Amino acid sequence: MAQHVSKGARFHAVTANRLTDGEVVYFSDQGTWVENFSQAVIVDGAEATEALLEKAKTDGFLQVVIDVYPFEVIADETANGFNPASVRELIRAAGPTVRLDLGKQAATSS
Amino acid sequence: MYRYDEFDHAMVRQRVEQFRDQVARRMSGELEEDAFKPLRLMNGVYLQLHAYMLRVAIPYGTLSSRQMHQLAHIARKYDRGYGHFTTRQNIQYNWPALEAIPDLLDELAEVEMHAIQTSGNCIRNVTADQYAGAIDGEVEDPRIISEVIRQWSTFHPEFSFLPRKFKIAVSGHANDRAAIRFHDIGIAIKKDSAGAIGYEIHVGGGLGRSPFIAKKIADFVEPQKLLAYLEAVMRVYNQLGRRDNSYKARIKILVHEIGAEEMRARVEAEFAKIDARGTLNLPNEERQRIASYFAPPEFETLTDDCPEFDAKYAEDKAFAQWIKTNIVAHKMDGYAIVNISLKPIGGVPGDATDVQMDRIANIAKAYSLDEIRVTHEQNLVLPHVRKSDLYVVYEALCAADLHTPNLGLISDQIACPGLDYCNLANARSIPVAQEISERFSDLNRQADIGELHIKISGCINACGHHHVGNIGILGVDKKGTEFYQLTLGGTPDENAAIGDITGPAFTADKVVDAVENIVETYMLERKDGEKFLQTYRRVGMAPFKERLYGAE
Repeated sequence: MAQHVSKGARFHAVTANRLTDGEVVYFSDQGTWVENFSQAVIVDGAEATEALLEKAKTDGFLQVVIDVYPFEVIADETANGFNPASVRELIRAAGPTVRLDLGKQAATSS
Repeated sequence: MYRYDEFDHAMVRQRVEQFRDQVARRMSGELEEDAFKPLRLMNGVYLQLHAYMLRVAIPYGTLSSRQMHQLAHIARKYDRGYGHFTTRQNIQYNWPALEAIPDLLDELAEVEMHAIQTSGNCIRNVTADQYAGAIDGEVEDPRIISEVIRQWSTFHPEFSFLPRKFKIAVSGHANDRAAIRFHDIGIAIKKDSAGAIGYEIHVGGGLGRSPFIAKKIADFVEPQKLLAYLEAVMRVYNQLGRRDNSYKARIKILVHEIGAEEMRARVEAEFAKIDARGTLNLPNEERQRIASYFAPPEFETLTDDCPEFDAKYAEDKAFAQWIKTNIVAHKMDGYAIVNISLKPIGGVPGDATDVQMDRIANIAKAYSLDEIRVTHEQNLVLPHVRKSDLYVVYEALCAADLHTPNLGLISDQIACPGLDYCNLANARSIPVAQEISERFSDLNRQADIGELHIKISGCINACGHHHVGNIGILGVDKKGTEFYQLTLGGTPDENAAIGDITGPAFTADKVVDAVENIVETYMLERKDGEKFLQTYRRVGMAPFKERLYGAE
């Protein structure tokens, strides 16, 4: 599996998959899990990432999501001002690049 | 085809009920993920990038039309209207909800199917030659012994927690279409001078991070001793296989480290012990009972003379082209083996929609004695079609967009799901396959290039068999960006070879140009009638390297 966090990376978000159906979800600033990356809370620096991850991994959440991990995001002109840094996380945030009718991208384009 | 007996039915139903309870306990919080994960994996449920994925076993790649209809129904009801046929002759569904999987498995069980042995460190679903029982020159139908192995290996308590997964493939023909030399155990069925059947055993083949060609450790194991011999191999592996490092845990590493001779000696010693007890002899009557399920279907007595076929062949050029590429001679006069390409130009290799699956099931029911096969090259086969029915079958396939005449040509590529779906992938595979397919979309150009197998994996685990592609493509991740490493000269057949790396990897926007450069170099270098592999073996890497990277 590709690395999710590269050394020296600054901004991060935390993601997981929903237990019931595997849907990709993000930890939001409301302290909830949301489906859309644009609502993900972005934190600055390694310490803040650790703290966010800890919050996202509390017992209650581990009954509704699985495979919780942080990933690097970079500042840009889109969405909430950030986008996932890796191809992998861009694909998770949208859906398969070979089936634009499936995944989150299908919901947003319809 | 094999039909479940009462024990098979009970076993599968019981397993579904166990899983239903496990899912309910996971949902209620009684089971935590660490405890649940191995249980779901034992039932073929993986977590991928966007959703869960369910891998359904298709033992030795054989399906009835009823089963194919059910796979279509499941794609519609529980998934997004399609399925993906894999290099393990299985089918994967990419979007099932965990909560619904017990019901899905119940519906699979209705048609004698399941997801057992599709994951975990056990003996996996056995694979075999897709032309079993249809091809001329077969020593024995490989599905007979594949089914015996399935029954022996399913839930075998001693082999449920192996160091790593374990894959067995069987070929009953001199032309190996099952890639037996790249499996943990490969079995080649042989006949001695007296006409008796025996099994040649190859051990320690595999792809992945460290590719190896299997070593032959037995020339002729008698049928009644086969399970004892396989059990001896498993015991040696279970005892000596590494459990401290998953990358070094496959039997190929053990065989590589101790050597083929030592492996053979250890297996022989273990075999002698098992054999002396005499408890694992396969009774001939049981073997015959299983063989009866694979007895040849009721073929009609026909001849190869077929004026209606000849007329269509002469008048319909597209039909003639499809016949030339996708049809293989059948062992019976008046019959043909039809390959259905799941590689339409620009399509996703191995994907079929629910509608296509239903259509194929209907065609198989009407024209192929109710049988369908899945190939490890991610295509489907109608094994027993009357020559006089070929045109109507062709028209039906055209209506379902399943008539691409490209079997064995450059656009008939293997591609793993890659980073579009897979949690392990480092790079995308499917878009590369699609771009190659589009680049070489001209069928005349494909025919001119001739037989050429491209195989693409999105990571080093090599589900796309890149090591054994004539041109292999491996996706790698460099700081979150996709790169593609190329290999040349691999082949999975009886002349097994692992491809050689060309040099530095290419970026996604350059890799298809690189493939085209390789193809053009081959076209310049080839002598009359030479296939890509023959030219590569004659001229070596140098001209390809020079074209790709310039003179040194």
